[in-house]
Amino acid sequence: MATQNTKTLARLMMAPSVLLLLVWMIVPLAMTLWFSFQNYNLLDPSNVSFTGLFNYQFFYTDPAFFQSIWNTLVIVGGVLLITVIGGIAIALLLDQPIFGQGIVRILIISPFFVMPPVAALVWKNMIMNPSYGVFADISRFFGLRPVDWFAQYPLFSIVVIVAWQWLPFATLILLTALQSLDGEQKEAAEMDGANFLNRFIYLVVPHLARSITVVILIQTIFLLGVYAEILVTTNGGPGYASTNLAFLIYRTALLGYDVGGASAGGIIAVVLANIVAFFLMRAVGKNLDR
Amino acid sequence: MARNVTTRHKITATVAAWIVALIIFFPILYTIITSIKTEPEAIAGFSLWPSGTFENYITVQTQRDYLKPFMNSVILSVGSTILALIIAIPSAWAMAFSPTKRTKDILMWMLSTKMMPAVAVLVPIYLLFRDFGLLDSRIGLTVMLTLINLPIVVWMLYTYFREIPGEILEAARMDGAGLWQEIVYVLTPMAVPGIASTLLLNIILAWNESFWTIRLSTTNAAPLTAFIASFSSPQGLFWAKLSAASTMAIAPILILGWFSQKQLVRGLTFGAVK
Amino acid sequence: MGSITLQKVSKVFGEAKVIPSIDLEINDGEFVVFVGPSGCGKSTLLRLIAGLEDVSGGQILIDGKDVTQAAPAERGLAMVFQSYALYPHMSVRNNIAFPLKMAKMEKSAIDKKVTDAARVLNLTDYLERRPSQLSGGQRQRVAIGRAIVREPSAFLFDEPLSNLDAALRGTMRLEISDLHHQLKTTMVYVTHDQVEAMTMADKIVVLNRGNIEQVGSPLELYKSPRNLFVAGFIGSPHMNFVDGAYAQSKSAKTAGIRPEHLILSKDSGLWTGTVKVAEHLGADTFLHLDVDGIGQITARAGGEFGAQYGDRVYLTPDEAKLHRFDDKGIALRA
Repeated sequence: MATQNTKTLARLMMAPSVLLLLVWMIVPLAMTLWFSFQNYNLLDPSNVSFTGLFNYQFFYTDPAFFQSIWNTLVIVGGVLLITVIGGIAIALLLDQPIFGQGIVRILIISPFFVMPPVAALVWKNMIMNPSYGVFADISRFFGLRPVDWFAQYPLFSIVVIVAWQWLPFATLILLTALQSLDGEQKEAAEMDGANFLNRFIYLVVPHLARSITVVILIQTIFLLGVYAEILVTTNGGPGYASTNLAFLIYRTALLGYDVGGASAGGIIAVVLANIVAFFLMRAVGKNLDR
Repeated sequence: MARNVTTRHKITATVAAWIVALIIFFPILYTIITSIKTEPEAIAGFSLWPSGTFENYITVQTQRDYLKPFMNSVILSVGSTILALIIAIPSAWAMAFSPTKRTKDILMWMLSTKMMPAVAVLVPIYLLFRDFGLLDSRIGLTVMLTLINLPIVVWMLYTYFREIPGEILEAARMDGAGLWQEIVYVLTPMAVPGIASTLLLNIILAWNESFWTIRLSTTNAAPLTAFIASFSSPQGLFWAKLSAASTMAIAPILILGWFSQKQLVRGLTFGAVK
Repeated sequence: MGSITLQKVSKVFGEAKVIPSIDLEINDGEFVVFVGPSGCGKSTLLRLIAGLEDVSGGQILIDGKDVTQAAPAERGLAMVFQSYALYPHMSVRNNIAFPLKMAKMEKSAIDKKVTDAARVLNLTDYLERRPSQLSGGQRQRVAIGRAIVREPSAFLFDEPLSNLDAALRGTMRLEISDLHHQLKTTMVYVTHDQVEAMTMADKIVVLNRGNIEQVGSPLELYKSPRNLFVAGFIGSPHMNFVDGAYAQSKSAKTAGIRPEHLILSKDSGLWTGTVKVAEHLGADTFLHLDVDGIGQITARAGGEFGAQYGDRVYLTPDEAKLHRFDDKGIALRA
């Protein structure tokens, strides 16, 4: 379809978005990289000096840093666990004939469209609040003392909120994949004598494997940057108990005014994200070839 | 499966599904219910039967000028999406109809820019915005949201354009249509559903964006995300009013979201799931 | 006027030389069919004529004018695509009117032409419908209608009947032939189905891997195929090829005899064979035999020839209809 004169026109048409994204990519990242080697604090902005790898060293020796990395992994891992397993289970359930399929689907996908600050506040004040929350009411009903979730289990509470928000995404993706499983394949398997469990293991799981991988990779990209939920509920506390890497960088930058340090943290975050993105792009690239 | 599914099977599945659905939806449901309670009711303990008063919705506006952040959310999400569309449509067009060997690589690179963690560039962006007077400005935020969502907009449009059968455009060419006429009479009408879907999903994503909209705004340009986030400390709004504010903040997007399931799968899995 | 000339036309896609070099004359008013197996370049050749692809070398002349660099719309041709390529968002009326609209014709003139075309093609009742509301055959006709109103120098058809079921294909074949007789315009038709080619063409161009194997009328190709490829491609079921002693006795590397030119007998004949598969179609009988010392042979008997699996049958090739080919696959003409 491309003839000579359309090629130049095509390049012109692609230019704005390519240039925009190029600048968006390079300029801020380059600045971050530059800042990461500087001693630069916003409280004393005139006193900027080159400090080499000091900021990185600082992070490396800062216990908060390792705690934040650990917390990041817990959040990502925890949410993935809940959403993938829950997603598969709910997808299998929704694949069955049900009265009111449409409404059930709508109810189940709703959390994904709730903006994170609202989700966080609702869970914090209405559900997990130790005095007035629903969980508290349930505990009291069973004669137990209500748990102060955000004080006692801050990280776990964050995981619950984020998992609630992302469960619909995983469910929707896995349900779509499930429903694309060729009905004739299932019938052939039945004729070959496979019962439900066998069909699940030998047909469904391999078919879903690809989608599960995609769900995991895409969610990971977004989960690495969980921010608003932490900001609105615990502010990273108590101490650094619920601070992930993103929140730590934010604190360093805008509460500690340490531009140099925050930038070093930022570069580390980029490296982490790139590792995940590498695998995701491979999976996506394979699909673009189809 | 054309065989008779046992009714018992269907009923069991239905009950299970509805229980799961209601549990998952419960936080949202309870928020809506609480929004039409009075404040004393709201903290009186678990109750599914509100008195049905709309006073909270009114108070939120009179006490806090709810309309301003709401309008900001509208302006930012719609504005950034339209801006993104304007930039993205020519790109996606070129990539879908005049693909080269590099097209796939460029597309993947664009998607990869979305994977950059926002915090990594928090500092430079914040400083740049500050120095150019863009902090707490609707323009600044609109540009940010455009940049963030541009890869997805390009990607979605690309997939929709690719689905337009090339033969129809060739037929138009044989019928004497020049490039402009091809675009106006044939391509655009066939692309409108795809453009609408892309618009839908990206308004949703922009409305819910909760990093830059919070960090780069204070009062003037603050959209609902920042507005709600400011109530993280217990004083200020109370539960019933907070519920009203929350309900209004999420209602439009919830409804839009119900209609955009297919678009979600297409837009956010980057084609890896069909 | 619709004569088309191709001079040394070639096409390269990246590394692949899809069409090395083609010279061809299409006369005004002829119904020319490009036929050949998948990948032989027939569709590519058509698209080169249409202007949807650029030639890599050579020239294309329409009525003596060089159109090699001209855009599709400037060539005065109309094309009917395999998938019909109707505009899904436009009514049948607007689909047919579109080329006239692009030519900036006056609205009343457009309306008249559309109404006429619709009448000729039996589409008058469907003018306000959308393509999605039409059957395959109706969509086919809309595509033809869109081409007719342009009054082109030549019509180009790209495997237009492939998407139709067998019965409809038969009907549409007749309609297109009928159309040709009515309009007397040049038609260039691409198909992989040699039955379509044989029944519709004035002239057939047999293509194989980008090269013309033979050009001729259907009967010419049937009676005097120039090489093994054409001999095996034209005619259904296809010609039997026999190597070895028998061919040598005829001073050839390969001997060819069509199934319909074998005389079958239950009593005597030159060859003896065992029936492996017997196809009784009522009007014809096709026997697939294992012939002693020769190999697999397909034979046709008119009417009902009673033979079953395992029967021994005698065949004699009709000498007058025997084809002989040398070791390069070229036909030897006595």
